Amino acid sequence: MFTFAVGSALSIASILLAVIVLAALLIWVERRMLSFWQERLGPNRVGWFGIMQVVADMIKIFTKEDWVPPFADRLTFVLAPAIIMIVVLMSFAVIPFTPEVGVIDSNVGVLFVLAMASLGAYSVMLGGLSSNNKYALLGSLRAAAQMVSYEVFMGISLLGVVVLAGSFNLREIVETQADGWYIVPQFIGFLIFLIAGVAESHRLPFDIPEAEQEICAGYHTEYSGMKFGMFFVGEYLGLVLISSLITVLFFGGWLGPAFLPPIVWFSLKAGFFIMFFILMRAALPRPRYDQLMSYGWLFLLPLSLLNLLVTGAVVLVSTTATM
Amino acid sequence: MFRLIKDTLLSQAVTLWGVFRKLFVKADTVQYPDEQPYMFPRWRGRIILSRDPDGEERCVACNLCAVACPVDCIALQKAETEDGRWYPEFFRINFSRCIMCGFCEEACPTNAIQLTPDFEMAEYVRQDMVWEKEDLLIDGVGKYHDYNFYRVAGKQVAGKDKGEALNEAEPVDVRSLLP
Ligand code: SF4
Ligand code: SF4
Repeated sequence: MFTFAVGSALSIASILLAVIVLAALLIWVERRMLSFWQERLGPNRVGWFGIMQVVADMIKIFTKEDWVPPFADRLTFVLAPAIIMIVVLMSFAVIPFTPEVGVIDSNVGVLFVLAMASLGAYSVMLGGLSSNNKYALLGSLRAAAQMVSYEVFMGISLLGVVVLAGSFNLREIVETQADGWYIVPQFIGFLIFLIAGVAESHRLPFDIPEAEQEICAGYHTEYSGMKFGMFFVGEYLGLVLISSLITVLFFGGWLGPAFLPPIVWFSLKAGFFIMFFILMRAALPRPRYDQLMSYGWLFLLPLSLLNLLVTGAVVLVSTTATM
Repeated sequence: MFRLIKDTLLSQAVTLWGVFRKLFVKADTVQYPDEQPYMFPRWRGRIILSRDPDGEERCVACNLCAVACPVDCIALQKAETEDGRWYPEFFRINFSRCIMCGFCEEACPTNAIQLTPDFEMAEYVRQDMVWEKEDLLIDGVGKYHDYNFYRVAGKQVAGKDKGEALNEAEPVDVRSLLP
């Protein structure tokens, strides 16, 4: 029971711990990296290079008054932040970190992740709706529209990989990449997935549901204390999730030259994408809301369909040729 | 189509690269309490009252600074010594209202009131932000080393009669008919 194997208790516990600690740590990493990219220093006072800032933030957020506005719908208001945490953590269940580490080996891993991502939209929607606040409502409206539409291309862009691998199982998808990562044949799929992933985790530059400059803090305007912290950590968990998914689907997961253990390869690749997401936040401006929508439906949707069509045709031709 | 790709992907990539390169640029931050920033001599900070080269108070209690002050944070009362010099009996600046605009320094005819590069004036008790003349008055001449108001002004004080100031003409003898 206490060995690393898919689904063992040790495996599950270490994934849960690692992912949550990482998400909390990312708050600090992001602030530090953002400030380097803006020629500042960022939080560097608490602990070594400021790493204990995370602990300080935690203490602050845990000791804050747990407040529910009197005009809010109490049950939904409390429930909403929990949903996003649960849903994102559930998605990690199907991610194959290494050959040994993972929670389940699901046949429908890809679909499970997509389903969980759709459920994540509820958290944001309900959070905004139950706050009974105009800004929050606007934010959750935007979130609903954005997440529903970007989910479409997210799913379609993945299908290219699924067609190539011939499986919905993420572990098998990684294993079929032993002789070539899917980034090469599926470059367009990768780009679309990257963009949709940013939109799905509503990170900048697609943080339209919570655009501070336009609508306060969007759907979490009324949230404070740990409930806000859950949204916050949920967002970072989403960031880790999307980075892991990109690694698994397009960059060969744990595969890599044997001089480093698989988990290191996985972390390196995922870490690279996390950094890339932070860089995007530092560099790119937010599009207008209608721009985001028309960009998605008029450009990304046809492109992803085309990508799927071409991939399917190529696979069909090559398999019938070999038969 | 080409424009769309250029706008959506290429320009974003260029921006990303430009920002990424900032990683290797030294940060602008001055880590203040550990590193002291260089304060320029003209910085408008803590206000002082200076003395003239003879060591006398420069302020002549003309009230011009108090009038110029946009937030009315200077209060003073004129008094006079036996030898005819004017001086402020009290001189009070409420630094919790002062906006460090420097208008008082501009208005002052005697260069008495001056702003200095010191800015570390935080206090725990608000009342401590009110500075009296003892706190403001320094022993030096501040930024203007040679200026001595009573030596250039026409006012008569002990040790300097009318017409004895720098560049000052003899007083006109109103009873004489000679040109
Ligand atoms: S600096 Fe400006 S606000 Fe301050 S005392 Fe002088 S005139 Fe008043
Ligand atoms: S400080 Fe200058 S302006 Fe103010 S009362 Fe004294 S002499 Fe006049």
